[in-house]
Amino acid sequence: MDWLISLRWSPYVVGAGIGILSWFTLLISKKPIGCSTSFARTAGMIEKAVRGPQVELKPYYQKTKPVIDWQWMLVLGVIIGSFLSSILSGAFDLRWVPSLWATTFGSAAIPRLIVALLGGVIIGFGSRWAGGCTSGHGISGAMQLAVSSWVSAISFFIGGIIAAYLIFGVIG
Amino acid sequence: MKTEKSQLLWGLAFGVVFGFLLQKGGATEYDVIIGQLLLEDFTVLKIMLSAVLVGTIGIHLMKGLGWVRISPKTGSWGQNAIGGLIFGVGFAVLGYCPGTIAGAVGNGYLDAAIGGLAGIILGSGLLAAVYPRLSTGILRKGYFGDITFPQLLKVNDWVIIVPLCTVIVLLFYVLERAGL
Repeated sequence: MDWLISLRWSPYVVGAGIGILSWFTLLISKKPIGCSTSFARTAGMIEKAVRGPQVELKPYYQKTKPVIDWQWMLVLGVIIGSFLSSILSGAFDLRWVPSLWATTFGSAAIPRLIVALLGGVIIGFGSRWAGGCTSGHGISGAMQLAVSSWVSAISFFIGGIIAAYLIFGVIG
Repeated sequence: MKTEKSQLLWGLAFGVVFGFLLQKGGATEYDVIIGQLLLEDFTVLKIMLSAVLVGTIGIHLMKGLGWVRISPKTGSWGQNAIGGLIFGVGFAVLGYCPGTIAGAVGNGYLDAAIGGLAGIILGSGLLAAVYPRLSTGILRKGYFGDITFPQLLKVNDWVIIVPLCTVIVLLFYVLERAGL
């Protein structure tokens, strides 16, 4: 059982595993793997708790109901699965600042937290604008050969590569 | 939109496997994701394209057998290209995506759990707030619907799948040869 406690698996094995997993989610749950809709549902649930049930009348939440559904449970499962994997291999680490960030911008927690919050706002906004994320469009939609998903996935990387070069090449 | 309890449990179980795989693949690491965007570490692309390779073949075989139905998302240039570019900027600033951030939280990473997670929820809520204005404007620009490449080119699915999978395998070969 050494493979369970090893630090890393080949990316090809991991990818093939995700591919096989997506057969079973379609077969058993009739759903493709995706993640970002759950954050919109969570935003709706929080808004509803603060401002009351009229939040559900917003056009977006009519389309994407603020409830816990299959995908929301999937995202919760991702947290648990990653926790198990990282505990088994000893990679679990309560860490404020990633090492690449630390070597470029320093090891202070506050600047990294502010940028992570900002990046989160942008990616959350962008994922719901595009109607999917790296898993919903980039993996599930791409394997369905959907035009919308290939346009999105390619755009994710074009935007990401340009921004990463600006952040680490120009600013950093 | 009521989901059966058993399906919620299936979702949770599938998620545990997904998260386990993402963590073992290194996709929960900021350094791995930024390394991909800086074109220095191709782990993320290898994971995604291996999943697409295996997934595409499997789901289209099952579709041919009538076991599953696929449900391509509708889209438009205004939605997918513009939204995708915004997503990309966030991807580089955050260093995680909506799926891998859940994995990063499980991995113990506090920049993901405290900064990024709150940001994604906030950003999703912001989009919901401006959605009525976008949905009648830019999200409709260049609308192409839920079309797939085989439908667009009016060919059998496998006319697309075989070349696509060949290109993916060739790309893996090139990456390995280049030591990336």
